Amino acid sequence: MIPAPPVSLVVLAPSLVVVVTALLVLLLDLLPPRDRKSHLGTVTLAGLVAALLATLRLWGGRGRGFRDMVILDNYALFFHIVIAYAAALIVLLSMDYLQRSGGESGEFYALVLFSTSGMLLLASAGDLIVVFLALELMSLSLYVLAGLFTRRREAGEASMKYFLLGVFASAFLLYGIALVYGATGSTNLDRVAAGVVATPRDPLLIAGLGLILVGFGFKISSVPFHMWAPDVYEGAPTSVTALIATGSKAAVFAALIRVGGAALRGVQADWTAVLWVLAALTMTVGNVVAIAQSNLKRMLAYSSIAHVGYMLVGLVAGGAAGAGAVLFYLLAYMFTTVGTFGVLTLCERAGEEAVHVRDYAGLARRHPLLAFTLALFLLSLIGIPPLAGFVGKVYLFGAAIRAGFVWLAVLAVLNSAVAAYYYLRVIVYMYMREADGEAAGLTPSFAGGLALTVALIGIILLGVVPAPFVDLAQAAVAPLWR
Amino acid sequence: MSPGLLSAVTLLPALGALLLAPVPRGRAGLLRGGGLAVALLTLAVSLLLWAGFDPTSAGYQFEEHRPWMPGIGVAWHLGIDGISLLLVLLTTLLTPVALASAWRAIEERTKEFVVAMLLLETGMVGVFVSLDLFLFFVFWEAMLIPMYFIIGVWGGPDRVYAAVKFVLYTMVGSGLMLVAILALYYQHGVATGTFTFDLPAIVRWVMPPGPAQDLMFLAFALAFAIKVPLFPFHTWLPDAHVEAPTAGSVLLAGVLLKMGTYGFLRFCLPLFPDASLAFAPLLLALAVVGIVYGAWVSTVQPDLKKLVAYSSVSHLGFVMLGLFTLNVQGLVGGLIQMVNHGLSTGALFLLVGMIYERRHTRLISELGGLWSVMPAFSAVFLVVTLSSLGLPGLNGFVGEFLILVGAFRVHAGLAALATTGIVFAAVYLLWMYQRVIFGEVTREENRALPDLTAREWAVVAPVLLFIVWIGVSPSLFTGPTEATLEALLAQVQSKASVALLR
Repeated sequence: MIPAPPVSLVVLAPSLVVVVTALLVLLLDLLPPRDRKSHLGTVTLAGLVAALLATLRLWGGRGRGFRDMVILDNYALFFHIVIAYAAALIVLLSMDYLQRSGGESGEFYALVLFSTSGMLLLASAGDLIVVFLALELMSLSLYVLAGLFTRRREAGEASMKYFLLGVFASAFLLYGIALVYGATGSTNLDRVAAGVVATPRDPLLIAGLGLILVGFGFKISSVPFHMWAPDVYEGAPTSVTALIATGSKAAVFAALIRVGGAALRGVQADWTAVLWVLAALTMTVGNVVAIAQSNLKRMLAYSSIAHVGYMLVGLVAGGAAGAGAVLFYLLAYMFTTVGTFGVLTLCERAGEEAVHVRDYAGLARRHPLLAFTLALFLLSLIGIPPLAGFVGKVYLFGAAIRAGFVWLAVLAVLNSAVAAYYYLRVIVYMYMREADGEAAGLTPSFAGGLALTVALIGIILLGVVPAPFVDLAQAAVAPLWR
Repeated sequence: MSPGLLSAVTLLPALGALLLAPVPRGRAGLLRGGGLAVALLTLAVSLLLWAGFDPTSAGYQFEEHRPWMPGIGVAWHLGIDGISLLLVLLTTLLTPVALASAWRAIEERTKEFVVAMLLLETGMVGVFVSLDLFLFFVFWEAMLIPMYFIIGVWGGPDRVYAAVKFVLYTMVGSGLMLVAILALYYQHGVATGTFTFDLPAIVRWVMPPGPAQDLMFLAFALAFAIKVPLFPFHTWLPDAHVEAPTAGSVLLAGVLLKMGTYGFLRFCLPLFPDASLAFAPLLLALAVVGIVYGAWVSTVQPDLKKLVAYSSVSHLGFVMLGLFTLNVQGLVGGLIQMVNHGLSTGALFLLVGMIYERRHTRLISELGGLWSVMPAFSAVFLVVTLSSLGLPGLNGFVGEFLILVGAFRVHAGLAALATTGIVFAAVYLLWMYQRVIFGEVTREENRALPDLTAREWAVVAPVLLFIVWIGVSPSLFTGPTEATLEALLAQVQSKASVALLR
């Protein structure tokens, strides 16, 4: 008789809370009232807060479950915090965005929760199979979310494109996993790492790792695998875009660092060389192309590509310092990006999304507070002190310089100056030009205002007193670099 | 020596901005008055610094040290010495002057303007008092944003172009400086075992000469050279000056440009002594090119503001010349010239702004014969013009004289070339003055221009006071700087020679 493996649900607690909430939302969706769905948003939010509390409760603990397929350590928990925060803020922002755009439905909240549970699982995956499963759970939900508002043609296109390219990437990943399994005889990360150390020059292994990197590259939209991002960002509903830009990116980075940074130390030099090129390409292409965009969502898509490039700089730097810097940057980037997209959801003109930079002309005069908020988020994206983005960049580039990659850091700061140009252009429109015609912009509801306030506090807190959060990030990567 | 005085001077304006932010938009009077009151209070507190400053000491005074990010060795470390004392006072003097000058000129979005000016003051003071590289960089970058808004929102027709150009130029330089700061941090940390951004601690360490030091020096120097602006990095300056509102121009010329020269003095010289010595000839040459080029281009400007802007390139060239002579006369002259340029160019911008408010033009050809219409204005303008061209008895003379004395000791040819800059300054300033003030009134619109109002007197009077005061008793102002500068020089030379002996 085969003994049943010991089942420890505790290691899955945050994901389970989210999944159960998703099922509850689906159930409640069937019950009256049929026309109003805002209570589902509240339930979703409660579920995410519960997951966050569970995460905080588990902080410091270490556990493995399901034959080491799921790892619960501070590293996973840090990402759980980032992801749960991102999802909760996005749900808050979605609550009246959906009402206004007429897309409020139980499915939306359930899908957000399912994709969130996938992200949470991805952060604690200890086995390549779990990486794949979690990635698919996350991605499939996001594909649907991107096309949920079928009335808009761009949404359909975005969803289709996202799906096709995403599946393509998944196939790469799966093929890579298969090759790695062939080379090392295991999909468990610890045993893969041991196999890499034993036979680092095995062509099967190298091909497998390369394909895995391609798969991850697609998901984080690093150049040259970034083509889908602008269309999807543009076409998807703004709050879904925010989720793709923050939560999914954080989750994939979690897996990438765990697989790449920690498990593949046997081929560190080659891995670093490849990442160096990817980082340089990603930030430069992202920033240069962003200059040419007048559609704000496309601009933010390219800018998010550039930010992925900065984070790859942290991976190039490697070690606990580099990874810790990436974690801190992800936290800062999450607050900033959610906030930016949050303001975007509020700037609509008669039901249409205000996505052209022209739509923001004169915003400072009509909605001074909204304009000021967006200006602060953009300044944080540029990396102006004392906001979160600045500290994040200092840590990232500092780690790179310390590891000897001075020229990559030089390239990164020059890129930051390029980025300043297109972020400032939005501020120029808001503050230095007058609106022609009808005014865009709404006063946020309580939920939206709360989300923006939290994000704003986040970027100021991370910028002014970063020390505790940096310590948190360092504590999180400690278990990977024992 | 009350502790916290420097923090007070640094943070009072920001605190004021925070308090004024919730004031309703309609209460323009309250906003202007409140902003001015905060700036005056800051000035009053900064005068306590002057009163309590010990001119015989070469070290830092009023030091404050509180950990900020202890994990990586960042601290809220403030202090002033003979180098920064005068610049802090210049900042706290010019900010209320600039605010008062905008009393009528800024009618729109008064609240945002006052808040931006106060935040800018915090940034400027912070740059001058920070003794921690990280903290310095924070102020250096943060200060960009209020200035960006001041030019971009309240500026002239091409304001957006000028504002973005100003930010991008500065960011390219400061980004590279950030890399150099981080590289310096790690080099120092690896060599000594203590990872810290503390400036005095890093200065105590002798950095080995070599390509690393040269590159770091160049990165810092680029950031500062853009800010000064040293030829050929000056092209943002005329745009920014012409488009900025008067108050912005005053602070831009009066204080912001000094941040560049201050950076050379505070960071480049003591941190990278070998590279400073090695690159001094290059910087001297660029400084002299700037002096002559700025003067020539000034001569042919049809627009008053542009003329003053290019004269800044020339004057700041003198400052750079003084600093990189690397002798006491040159350094003292350069430092006092920074203050003098701040006062006289600030005053010139104020006066040009007053003409502009009356006539809505700054073209020299549109003016003429103002003496008969506005005698008091013309007299003040004369004093300021003479101070700018370095007439003995007014402030400008002292600095230029000391700089040239220092320069002759280094290279007579360079000094002789630089002297032609003074001659040309006389040409462009007096010619401009003649065309604007003397002769017949050529335009009908100019006949009825009102003379200086009481408010305008109040704006220019404090600046005039210092223009004359520094001219009459320069030693009162150069005195406190000498001990610090001599110590700095000794430090640079000893560090460079220590490195040579290795």
